[in-house]
Amino acid sequence: MILSGFLDTLGAFVFVTGAAFLALGGLGLVRMPDVYNRIQAGTKATTLGTLLVLVGTALIEPSWAIKLLLIMLFLMFTNPLSSQVLARAAHRAGVRPKGDADYLSRDMEDLT
Amino acid sequence: MADLFLILAGVLTVLTFAMAGYRFFKGPTAADRIVGFDALTIVSVTGIILAALISGRAIYLDVALVYALLSFLGVLVAARYIEGGEE
Amino acid sequence: MSDTHLADKGQTAPPPLDGLSGGVSLRLFATLFLFWVLLNASLSFATILSGLVVAGVISAAFGRHLSFLSGFNLAPAGIFAAFQFIGYFLKELVKANLSLAALVMKPSLPISPAIVKVRTTLTDPVARLLLANAITLTPGTLTCEIKGEFLYIHWVVTKSTDLDEATQEIVAGFERYLEVMYG
Repeated sequence: MILSGFLDTLGAFVFVTGAAFLALGGLGLVRMPDVYNRIQAGTKATTLGTLLVLVGTALIEPSWAIKLLLIMLFLMFTNPLSSQVLARAAHRAGVRPKGDADYLSRDMEDLT
Repeated sequence: MADLFLILAGVLTVLTFAMAGYRFFKGPTAADRIVGFDALTIVSVTGIILAALISGRAIYLDVALVYALLSFLGVLVAARYIEGGEE
Repeated sequence: MSDTHLADKGQTAPPPLDGLSGGVSLRLFATLFLFWVLLNASLSFATILSGLVVAGVISAAFGRHLSFLSGFNLAPAGIFAAFQFIGYFLKELVKANLSLAALVMKPSLPISPAIVKVRTTLTDPVARLLLANAITLTPGTLTCEIKGEFLYIHWVVTKSTDLDEATQEIVAGFERYLEVMYG
């Protein structure tokens, strides 16, 4: 593969920006103190990171754009969704969040 | 220039893989491991896209799509499991 | 599209529609078929035929439950609001990532997490799903549980634990567009 044109360079730059966001998310995953904060760091960074990776790929290979767009749409729906299900599961399994205010535990009697 | 960017992206992807893997193996709770697993699979999608770019084969895009779908289902099942799964 | 009967639909009760006759499964069919054709990136006879059959079977069997796009307001105002929503959402997503990046790179890790309660006025299930997803991807917030009109949000850098203030801060920006899109 020969990468030379302007679009290729731009695409590769967008790609590496996405990878940088992924790495920052990974750093958040290691550093954050409890599971909820880790989910936060994980989900935001991986979503934007992967989106930028896909946009960068579409700039390098314009003929793949439609399929990349479908992957983007799919990820934008499922990625936050799995994080929400995971956060809910963690709370129901009894993992207490760090911090003083937890309105969810306070209302737990009303929830099944 | 573009090649250099892609090599750097590959290095960052491997780095992220290592950090997510740390969370996956370290825990401490089951939910933490699933968070690590979720991040690992999403980073794998980036890895597959990179492989598609380098090899120039569009078929890897289908692999990435199906991989994203299966990882989503995997996380849902694992989350339902630690939730208790009575419902 | 006959969507007037969907306006008063709650979040749990499925709409009283049967099979292919309702607007719901017609929209589901169109969505599935479009997705299939885009995925194949071809318009050959075999692709179209298998797409028609599979999308038809799925929308006939699950049209009552998989109501993706069902309550969407297809009037120009709704479509315009959808574009505004996407623009606002992308802006917030970038902001979320920049603030997160700044946060994790600080050695002191200055966080003050809490789970706060906010209220939403949306009733359409897809609108609520989009709201929850959008909240999860915006700066420092994560939807943990949704129950009736209340959402429970995990907030990394809590600004306020008051119900109304938190609602104003987290929900109001998206709800403005979603109300038009699914009105």
